Amino acid sequence: MSEQQVQEAVYTPAEAQEQPLLSVRHLKIWYELKRFGFLHAGYVKAVDDVTFDLPRGEAIAVVGESGCGKSSLMKAILGLVHPHDGQILFEGKDIWEGGNTAMREYRMKVGYVQQDPYGALPPFMTIRRILEEPLILAGMKNKEERLQRIIRSLEEVKVTPPDDFLNKYPHMLSGGQQQRIVIARALIRDPKMLIADEPVSMLDASVRVEILKLLDEVQKERHLSVIYITHDLSTVRYFSERIFVMYAGKLIEKASTREILDNPKHPYTWALLNAISDPLAENAKKLRDIPPGEPPSLITPPPGCRFHPRCQKAIQGLCEVEVPPHFSVAADHEVACWLYREEA
Amino acid sequence: MMIPSDDIQNKALVVEDLVLYFQLTHGIVQAVDHVSFALDKKRAVVVIGESGCGKTSMGRALTRLLPRNVNRYTGKVFIDGVETMSMDDETYRQQVRWVKISQVPQAAMNALNPVLKLKDQVMEPLLLHEKGVSQEEALERVHAVFDFVGVPDGFIERYPFELSGGMRQRVVIAMALITNPAVIVLDEPTSALDVLTQANIYNVLKRIKWEKGTSFVLITHDVATSSELADDVLVMYAGHMMEHSSAEAFFAEPLHPYARMLMAAVPKLYGEEELQFIPGKPPSLLNPPTGCRFADRCPFAMAKCQQEPPTFQLGDRLVKCWLYEKEADGIVTSPEALAGVSA
Ligand SMILES: Nc1ncnc2c1ncn2[C@@H]1O[C@H](COP(=O)(O)OP(=O)(O)OP(=O)(O)O)[C@@H](O)[C@H]1O
Ligand SMILES: Nc1ncnc2c1ncn2[C@@H]1O[C@H](COP(=O)(O)OP(=O)(O)O)[C@@H](O)[C@H]1O
Ligand code: SF4
Ligand code: SF4
Ligand SMILES: [Mg+2]
Ligand SMILES: [Mg+2]
Repeated sequence: MSEQQVQEAVYTPAEAQEQPLLSVRHLKIWYELKRFGFLHAGYVKAVDDVTFDLPRGEAIAVVGESGCGKSSLMKAILGLVHPHDGQILFEGKDIWEGGNTAMREYRMKVGYVQQDPYGALPPFMTIRRILEEPLILAGMKNKEERLQRIIRSLEEVKVTPPDDFLNKYPHMLSGGQQQRIVIARALIRDPKMLIADEPVSMLDASVRVEILKLLDEVQKERHLSVIYITHDLSTVRYFSERIFVMYAGKLIEKASTREILDNPKHPYTWALLNAISDPLAENAKKLRDIPPGEPPSLITPPPGCRFHPRCQKAIQGLCEVEVPPHFSVAADHEVACWLYREEA
Repeated sequence: MMIPSDDIQNKALVVEDLVLYFQLTHGIVQAVDHVSFALDKKRAVVVIGESGCGKTSMGRALTRLLPRNVNRYTGKVFIDGVETMSMDDETYRQQVRWVKISQVPQAAMNALNPVLKLKDQVMEPLLLHEKGVSQEEALERVHAVFDFVGVPDGFIERYPFELSGGMRQRVVIAMALITNPAVIVLDEPTSALDVLTQANIYNVLKRIKWEKGTSFVLITHDVATSSELADDVLVMYAGHMMEHSSAEAFFAEPLHPYARMLMAAVPKLYGEEELQFIPGKPPSLLNPPTGCRFADRCPFAMAKCQQEPPTFQLGDRLVKCWLYEKEADGIVTSPEALAGVSA
């Protein structure tokens, strides 16, 4: 860590170091529901008042179940959907202020690894073509220069020797190799930030480890800021320093990875940890203690704490009425749960 | 018959030398290659291995749900004491499918008929296979089985699209369960689901096993989660069964080099070990190499490994690897030996 800071000091102005690379402020992503195509019928509140910072050179993970708003949060950060409210600041500037040119420049600085590796690569393009396209779009005119860049990039993701792969099509590659190409494409314009949405969930155990290790190496080497989105807490500790737990459109706990694993505070985080199996024979001998029910509708979420209908610790008269604020329970550990109103 | 018949009678499943090959224009895919194992009643065997190693094909071979391009389908499969491979398709359909063995195929929850109410879909196997069941009785059974797997009663009048993924998965499990088969084959039952939903489904499966005495063949690439149901573990690699052990023995110490390396790639929530991956990739099952199919990735490979290892028996464990030649109690070649290996 300290070594990285020294490195960073070489090329970053001092004041920029204080500033996180990305700041998300009270972000709301609401999708409008229409009846008959034009009558307002409510909103899907996929992201509802989310605030966090992504420091330079750090890998964070956003963890939550399907439908909790993870992908919507990412699309908003990529500038693909417009916030209903709130701000996304990149290097201190709102990504939506400054028009199309500014947005295009911003997107050049962000790499994206999408959820499904098998659908991610266009089947009719060669690997060379797939990696060349973003360079052409970025205005790199010299063909030879592009080729050199592509070769270096294939070497970085260890699809080697590059010559063997340049003219292949995606279906000729294994799932792991395809995912490496997706990563190469995300990195080829030297982004400052990488967003990886479930980058390994479709892969076999061994290939998953390969890809996690690759991402980890690239992140450290390039001093990249990474947002790793996943529903699987068990892979997080191999990659991210910090975890944000998301439930029903809200971040409900934020802490370092170690702290979340050793000292989780939110009842939903307890449930998530409790639901994960380490491979042990005794698992088969007992039922797991799991909260009943399913995540709520995001159109009419429950009032107060959104987890209250499933929470065994719910405090009557409080949890179903008031939205819990973020209480700080330790240095760098926040939790949105009324249980900690006195501790904080 | 060579196997003591009460041994077979007492097993939910006995598989001997099962082979399933597919024909392609340019060769033969050896998807399931001489697999033998036995499964006791009220137990679950989990079949684990990487994508493409033949897990789904093995499930299809057990339930005789075969594609058209079968090249070879041989061996013996005793389900609840009855040999099924020698039956013709019609007899199999009447006496075995749903009655003795039912299956939840990969992605079944997305394959429910969208225009049929859930009760009608779940009832169907019952009406087909239990002669003389009345509509009312069948409906009773649907209510009971929905209750057992935790689908709210009111849902029986609904259509699949009105349910969440987790609820649909419970419905397909209910459908497999309604005829009270001896064995249920589950292919990746929770891979598309969230962790809490997964854990809830495994709770349901455990209760079915304990309370109804059903046996399971659970096919999955998710090793950690498979431990929730596993009594036995069967490791497949490139169409071969590399190891068969009790879950206790396996999770404490896998024997086969592939199994060891696979376990080292499984992320764990706690503990300090680094994750390891297995360099290289599995061989093609289209004209696979002779000898041990893991040899080109195996750190212990030796000259002998160019010959295919037999399946060695060590106590109640089976392992297909030359490293165990000396300590082995014997080689599993004959059905008699197999019947003695009651997992
Ligand atoms: N009908 C078929 N014709 C030819 N080859 C087939 C056929 N069905 C499966 N295969 C091949 O047989 C091998 C085993 O496939 P199978 O579906 O059993 O794997 P699996 O272990 O279930 O994989 P996954 O984890 O991806 O579901 C693969 O190489 C596959 O491509
Ligand atoms: N374009 C859209 N229009 C309406 N609802 C949407 C849209 N995209 C996502 N949603 C809804 O928003 C919620 C959050 O979705 P998403 O962000 O994809 O979650 P996750 O990635 O965590 O699974 C879900 O209820 C989803 O159905
Ligand atoms: S705020 Fe109340 S309902 Fe919500 S998680 Fe905490 S205790 Fe449970
Ligand atoms: S038989 Fe040989 S190559 Fe195969 S797993 Fe055993 S030691 Fe390795
Ligand atoms: Mg998503
Ligand atoms: Mg399969």
